[in-house]
Amino acid sequence: MSYLSAKGMTGGYGSVDILHDCTISVEKGEIAVIVGPNGAGKSTAMKAVFGMLAIHTGKVTLDGEDITALTPQARVAKGMAFVPQTNNIFPSMSVEQNLEMGAFLRRDDINGTMEQVYELFPILRQKRLQNAGELSGGQRQQVAVGRALMTKPKLLMLDEPTAGVSPIVMDELFDLIIDIARTGLSILMVEQNARQALNIADKGYVLVQGENRFTDTGQALMNDPEVRRSFLGG
Amino acid sequence: MENWLNAFALLSNFVIVPALAYGSQLALGALGVTLVFGILRFSNFAHGDTMAFGTMVVILFTWWFQSMGINLGPLPTALLALPFGILFCALFALLSDRLVYRFYRAKRADPVIYLIASVGVMFVTNGIVRFIIGPDDQNFADGERFIIRARDFKEMTGLAEGVSIKLSQGITFFTMIIVVIALFWFLNKTRSGKSMRAYSDNEDLALLSGINPDRVVAITWIIAAALATIAGTLYGLDKSFKPFTYFQLLLPIFAAAIVGGLGNPLGAIAGGFVIAFSEITVTYAYKRFIGHLVPEDWEINGLIQLLSTDYKFAVSFIILLLVLLIRPHGIFKGTGV
Amino acid sequence: MRGALRNLTYFLIMAALIVLVGQMQSWNLALSILNLCIISAIMALGVNIQWGYAGLFNVGVMGFAALGGVAAMLISMPPVVEAWSAGGTGVALGSLTLIVTIAAAVFTFRSLAQGKLRMLALIIVIAVGYSVTRSIFDPATDAIERVNPAATGYLGGLGLPVLLSWPIGGLFAGGAAWIVGKITLGLRTDYLAIATLGISEIIVAGLKNEDWLTRGVKNVVAIPRPVPYEINLQRSEWFINWCAKLGVEPVTFSSIFVKLCYASLFTVVLLIVLYLSEKALRSPWGRMMRAIRDNEVSASAMGKNVKARHLQVFILGSMVIGVAGAMLTTLDGQLTPASYQPLRFTFLIWVMVIVGGSGNNWGAVLGGFVIWYFWIQAEPLGIWLMEQITTNMDAGSALRAHLIDSAQHMRLMTMGLILLLALRFSPRGLIPERTGHG
Repeated sequence: MSYLSAKGMTGGYGSVDILHDCTISVEKGEIAVIVGPNGAGKSTAMKAVFGMLAIHTGKVTLDGEDITALTPQARVAKGMAFVPQTNNIFPSMSVEQNLEMGAFLRRDDINGTMEQVYELFPILRQKRLQNAGELSGGQRQQVAVGRALMTKPKLLMLDEPTAGVSPIVMDELFDLIIDIARTGLSILMVEQNARQALNIADKGYVLVQGENRFTDTGQALMNDPEVRRSFLGG
Repeated sequence: MENWLNAFALLSNFVIVPALAYGSQLALGALGVTLVFGILRFSNFAHGDTMAFGTMVVILFTWWFQSMGINLGPLPTALLALPFGILFCALFALLSDRLVYRFYRAKRADPVIYLIASVGVMFVTNGIVRFIIGPDDQNFADGERFIIRARDFKEMTGLAEGVSIKLSQGITFFTMIIVVIALFWFLNKTRSGKSMRAYSDNEDLALLSGINPDRVVAITWIIAAALATIAGTLYGLDKSFKPFTYFQLLLPIFAAAIVGGLGNPLGAIAGGFVIAFSEITVTYAYKRFIGHLVPEDWEINGLIQLLSTDYKFAVSFIILLLVLLIRPHGIFKGTGV
Repeated sequence: MRGALRNLTYFLIMAALIVLVGQMQSWNLALSILNLCIISAIMALGVNIQWGYAGLFNVGVMGFAALGGVAAMLISMPPVVEAWSAGGTGVALGSLTLIVTIAAAVFTFRSLAQGKLRMLALIIVIAVGYSVTRSIFDPATDAIERVNPAATGYLGGLGLPVLLSWPIGGLFAGGAAWIVGKITLGLRTDYLAIATLGISEIIVAGLKNEDWLTRGVKNVVAIPRPVPYEINLQRSEWFINWCAKLGVEPVTFSSIFVKLCYASLFTVVLLIVLYLSEKALRSPWGRMMRAIRDNEVSASAMGKNVKARHLQVFILGSMVIGVAGAMLTTLDGQLTPASYQPLRFTFLIWVMVIVGGSGNNWGAVLGGFVIWYFWIQAEPLGIWLMEQITTNMDAGSALRAHLIDSAQHMRLMTMGLILLLALRFSPRGLIPERTGHG
């Protein structure tokens, strides 16, 4: 069984279902990417996996354990971490305090983890006493990811991590995501920039109207003419 | 030269010293308002009456201690009663949260609904305070009255104008500094304090980080109640205790919090002093002050008072409006607007 | 249809309660409760226009009502000629310089670019204007206040029929609302709340301290009535004959008759305001208002100027409160600035609107009746309750005396509890807002 497995998720806001029998799974140390057109329910699928949206059908398991009924906070304790697309930092707190807050639930020594984060994102070490709200867009995203890493998660979920940053920063961020995956974490992310994302993905999911349309390895999807035509712009 | 010194002594006696004391009281009140705003995201109209409630408990304990002959010598007995006031006031605040506000938090109600609910709490608190201690003035200050008497000051310096500093003014300023240092230490250095700031900054992300919202809210109420009790007791020692006056303090306190930037603790302190100094400088009669500075044969007509003290609320109000017009976020950036 | 029946029942119960007071206590009391119920209902309608239609939280009801009260006094009292000759010119000149100062300040603000220069120029204009105004005003008002201070000591009014003051009171309140609204609307709700709280405190402070205008805490008494005086009725032949025919005692009946006259005048105003409010609520304007209230973002995205609409509705609501304030002072026959208490004039009205049903005019009217009735009856009820509780205590016990003394504060608590309970368990009120097409 996959490390994270979300099978047959159906649900949405109020009485309207946005997800229809949607299935997503991630293996250990793998990068899985959800792509699709606007309004396809990508972020909704992500929220459903993290428990921020109630599903009435389907089952989510993590490392074989059923977590369908858990609150997001409880899922954090189980080793999942989520980086929202916007409002993902504490703007009036310093970078270091942002990281500390990420480790709020931990009672052990967090200095080692913080050191690892600073090694991944050297710029944050420089700016560690500065307020996170004063940083540039790309640096904020690094703070956001760093905060999520502070819980020592086994699965990191990123909701459009490259939204609103410049192309150069975007490339840097993708490189960093690969680096993170190399440390053994599983990564599940939603991306608007489908081409670059599938490039680094071990597995890709193309969602359309809340349903799985295509599921394959990132490379295979990139080579699939139909996927290219409909979703990657030729 | 001596004229200048006399003028300065006069100004210190009637403007600077009282404004420092009043500013400290407003700052403590505004800190409570701004903390509740930052964490619970509503303007707590019951804060003035919470101050009255805490002060009432302090007064009752003070009377009890006095009747048993317990006192602090030169210091007011009220300081001994203060911890009890804080305790009861915190319990009261937690109770009102449990019975009133928690329900709306679970529903994620609109901030204006909290505002109305706080008006209801204000009514009830006001009723309880009047019921227990009555609507009249209560005097509970004891101990020494002055740190420096005007007469002693004159003898010491040989100036014609004296500066007197009341003990209550000294205690107020001193307590304010200690409380502010303790509060900032708490907010910046402790785990609970940092979790409060995180919650205030970004509630959803705080939840994602595993911060327990109920704990944050409870701590906030306890601190707000403590600040309210301290501010109320100091105000009562310095002036007098009357429930309606405490309700009226809402306006300058809110003005202070908004001027400083709602949700910003540093701003609340600055705002408190801005309001206090403006209120007192504008309502002070400068006749004697100018008399020291101009040649003696000049005659000064009138009191040279910009605004009668009856309109002291107008000062808070006008400053409030000016800030809203020019800098809606306040002097320091708040979470407002 | 069931809703209509239920609402009718509510109003019938309310009528029965007032009749009950007439039967059990006295008809005089019942009618004075009725009159204040009607005035409260109009104030509640004003607040409902602001809150129910547009979601604006006005905590300055007291101030707007007080402005209406001032209007009643200024319109109807005879002018004090001596005071006018003593300080009339000074006051007129002072007002003129005040207006010139404000105009100059606005002109400076508009014609200079933002920066230190503008700030400086503005401060100089205001400082000079203020001191000139004060130097003209102060001697004039002092002179006025010296004119027979025991009886007058103020300028008096215009000596016009007091009924005229009701619309004028509305205009006064509307003007104040315009100033406050212009500055604070468009910001957070909290700011409007604080600002309205502030303006109402200042208005009442002005009433208490500007003796040359309002006599301050010395009160203005004997404001002319729009209805006959009891003493005249008791002397007029037709009235005595009428009493004889009805078999009632003229002294009591004259006072009942006067109250009935007031009640009919007030009812006319209530019906007009209610009719206009209902008409407005169902008009495209009212629908737009509610659309803005329910979703400000999408309404402004559709090109609605939210701030301008809010200003409109804020002024209209305040005007209604001002009218009610003028009516209240007319009924009292005197202007007593010290009687303006925020708990009675602001927060009580809010309880009425929340309990009655925010967004529904009939709800606001019902709320005004119900809450005023209980506000009046809560005090004797509280005292009675306390007497029951303390009946077994020693007659001389301090606790007993304290409890009975404090019974009057019970009603603050009761009102707070009613507000909290209504907000929690019946947030839509006794008569809920009609949603959808109505």
